[in-house]
Amino acid sequence: MITESKSKIRREMAKQLPSERRSNFDEVALGYSEEEAVAEAKRCLDCKKPLCVEGCPVEVDIPLFIRQIADRNFDAAAHTLKSTNSLPAICGRVCPQETQCEAVCVLGKKKDGDPIAIGGLERFAADYEMKKGVTIPDVPEKTGRSIAVVGAGPAGLTAAAELAKMGHAVTIFESLHSAGGVLVYGIPEFRLPKAIVAAEVDFIRKLGADISLNSVIGKIDTVDELLDEYDAVFLGTGAGLPSFLGIDGENLNGVYSANEFLTRVNLMKAYLFPEFDTPIKKGSRVIVVGGGNVAMDAARCALRLGAEEVTIVYRRGEDELPARAEEVVNAKEEGVRFKLLTNPIRILGDENNWVTGMECINMELCEPDESGRCRPVALSGTEHNIPADIAIIAIGTSPNPLVPMTTPGLKTARYGTIVADETGATSKPGVFAGGDIVTGSATVISAMGAGKVAARAIDEYLGRVR
Amino acid sequence: MVYQMEIAAPRVAKKAMPGQFVILRINENGERIPLTIADYNAQAETITLIFQEIGKTTRQLASLAVGGSIADVVGPLGNPSTIEKFGTVVCVGGGVGIAPIFPIARALKSAGNRVISIIGARSAGVLFWEDRMNEASSELHITTDDGTKGHHGFVTDVVQNLLERDGRDKRDELGEHDWLDEPEEREARGGHNGQIDRVIAIGPPVMMRAVAGVTKPFGVKTVVSLNPIMVDGTGMCGACRVLVGGVTKFACVDGPEFDAHEVDFTLLMSRLAMYLPEEKVALDCNAEAELAAGSQ
Repeated sequence: MITESKSKIRREMAKQLPSERRSNFDEVALGYSEEEAVAEAKRCLDCKKPLCVEGCPVEVDIPLFIRQIADRNFDAAAHTLKSTNSLPAICGRVCPQETQCEAVCVLGKKKDGDPIAIGGLERFAADYEMKKGVTIPDVPEKTGRSIAVVGAGPAGLTAAAELAKMGHAVTIFESLHSAGGVLVYGIPEFRLPKAIVAAEVDFIRKLGADISLNSVIGKIDTVDELLDEYDAVFLGTGAGLPSFLGIDGENLNGVYSANEFLTRVNLMKAYLFPEFDTPIKKGSRVIVVGGGNVAMDAARCALRLGAEEVTIVYRRGEDELPARAEEVVNAKEEGVRFKLLTNPIRILGDENNWVTGMECINMELCEPDESGRCRPVALSGTEHNIPADIAIIAIGTSPNPLVPMTTPGLKTARYGTIVADETGATSKPGVFAGGDIVTGSATVISAMGAGKVAARAIDEYLGRVR
Repeated sequence: MVYQMEIAAPRVAKKAMPGQFVILRINENGERIPLTIADYNAQAETITLIFQEIGKTTRQLASLAVGGSIADVVGPLGNPSTIEKFGTVVCVGGGVGIAPIFPIARALKSAGNRVISIIGARSAGVLFWEDRMNEASSELHITTDDGTKGHHGFVTDVVQNLLERDGRDKRDELGEHDWLDEPEEREARGGHNGQIDRVIAIGPPVMMRAVAGVTKPFGVKTVVSLNPIMVDGTGMCGACRVLVGGVTKFACVDGPEFDAHEVDFTLLMSRLAMYLPEEKVALDCNAEAELAAGSQ
């Protein structure tokens, strides 16, 4: 038997140069060419027991779609992806593959070996199909059952797609004027172009799901009212409420929550002001507080808006940064400065109520506690001021209370999350939930996984109550 | 200029309650702006909005013809006004604030309250809905800054008079002689000086602050409806944060009505002024575009 020797080294995807991309909102990663994709796909060992599939919350048949790319059968690869994942062009871009499917890749376990670029290949196949024109799979005959999906974010869109594919009538209710949730208001254009989101949302519409925009459930209709009209309800309302630090000066002009800053930039396209009407304060010295993906996104947006100096202030160290390693590298390459082991004490302002800086204190990590996380402790006497004209608070979000508040019988946990079992079933019959509203803020893909699981549970529930 | 607009919005019209607002976007490039619902008609499936032409969006709204359309309307947002039988309620509407005070006054009257309304404007020419307010109130006072109609002066003058009259009446009734009571005496009588049980004021922040200042010594519960800058209107962005009793609140989901005596109006006004330079840029660009369109 002749075995082709497999390259240990991954083909890196071309990116815009840092010096160029730091002043535009175009996509940073440029995608694989056909040749690059085929060459990378050929590295796959096609394991008998593919660990990567187990690492995927939406159960993509990874070895199959990669083999199809290696065989230059790109349409089939896209079809394979779409059969279990309705948003592959999005997942290929924003999933943390390095901690999921790619983390368990056998190629990566070898000495000096890189795992196969599952995310890059997923993006390639999805983009290929999108460019060519998406084919809509045959949807089974209508079941006559209907489901209301609340929230058009990753969880809701996935649940809707799965339910539509089962033949159920689905209506998605979205509070904003555009579908996508965090994919449109949070993640910037240079990481996830809005045209990609629009195309994948369009695919879900073509599967038969109806999207009712500008519809705030809890206001226009309650969940109980939805239950009068629909056979089941899925809640994917996300963790949309921004947290603030609770320090002095947080209401000064020039202090933004990351949610507001990113919503203005992404959803409202404030970077194109005045062509678009929504303004944003660009700032020349910007401080972003936090170390997650949202903080990286905000910092990189601030740079692209024209700030001279953008600094991430994070209370733990480099190793503790919750952001994807790739995004930290991207941010550093573009010139974002990192002030680690630093915590804000108060935001300083002038007599006109505008931000002038931030008083910070140095931190030190003590021994890990029972939870295994090192607790940062302030080092007294290290107080210092960092000048700034814009401060962005990116320290996390909490669940949106609008639906829980207006839904009697829906059990919530501490911090306002909705209590749901592993299938997404809540304490209220016929009401299912998934994504950040259940887990607190997490990833796009885990929300999609929850949407998918809940769709199955809803289908089963509808069979039971028939 | 002040404009009135009816928008076909069946679902909003069905659910709207006094004190709630909508957010609208005029077109695909538009900003999301909050406007309080001035009236709603579930049968006709319409909502009524009143706005003053100040920025680019309101200017574009004003230029719409009957039968025109806008991209988005979302609502009803915010908590409805508390409507109970309080007794005697003074409703104050200043400028375009007359619009949102109207459905509140009407609801308070139907709930069995004695509603004393005060509506004020710069000048008689920009005063509106006198007839509607008359119908929604047991007693209506009008003020204009320039004296072209009603009392020559501010709404606060009338509020002050009413509270003093009220206090005098009450004291006469009780046979008391002191002009202003001691706080503890007031407390003993249920927290206020006389028979006015509640004041609700909607208008420019300066006016609301002034009303709060007038009512405070009388210890009368006073409510204001705040209008900070908003983006999503569902609690997601925090642009609308206001300081109430030293605690940060989001006007969109915690309000828009708050205890007037607890609101930090200075902060509200400073945050409202945040984008004034950008608003001017947007207006100038729009003026250029209009000029270019006109010359073609």
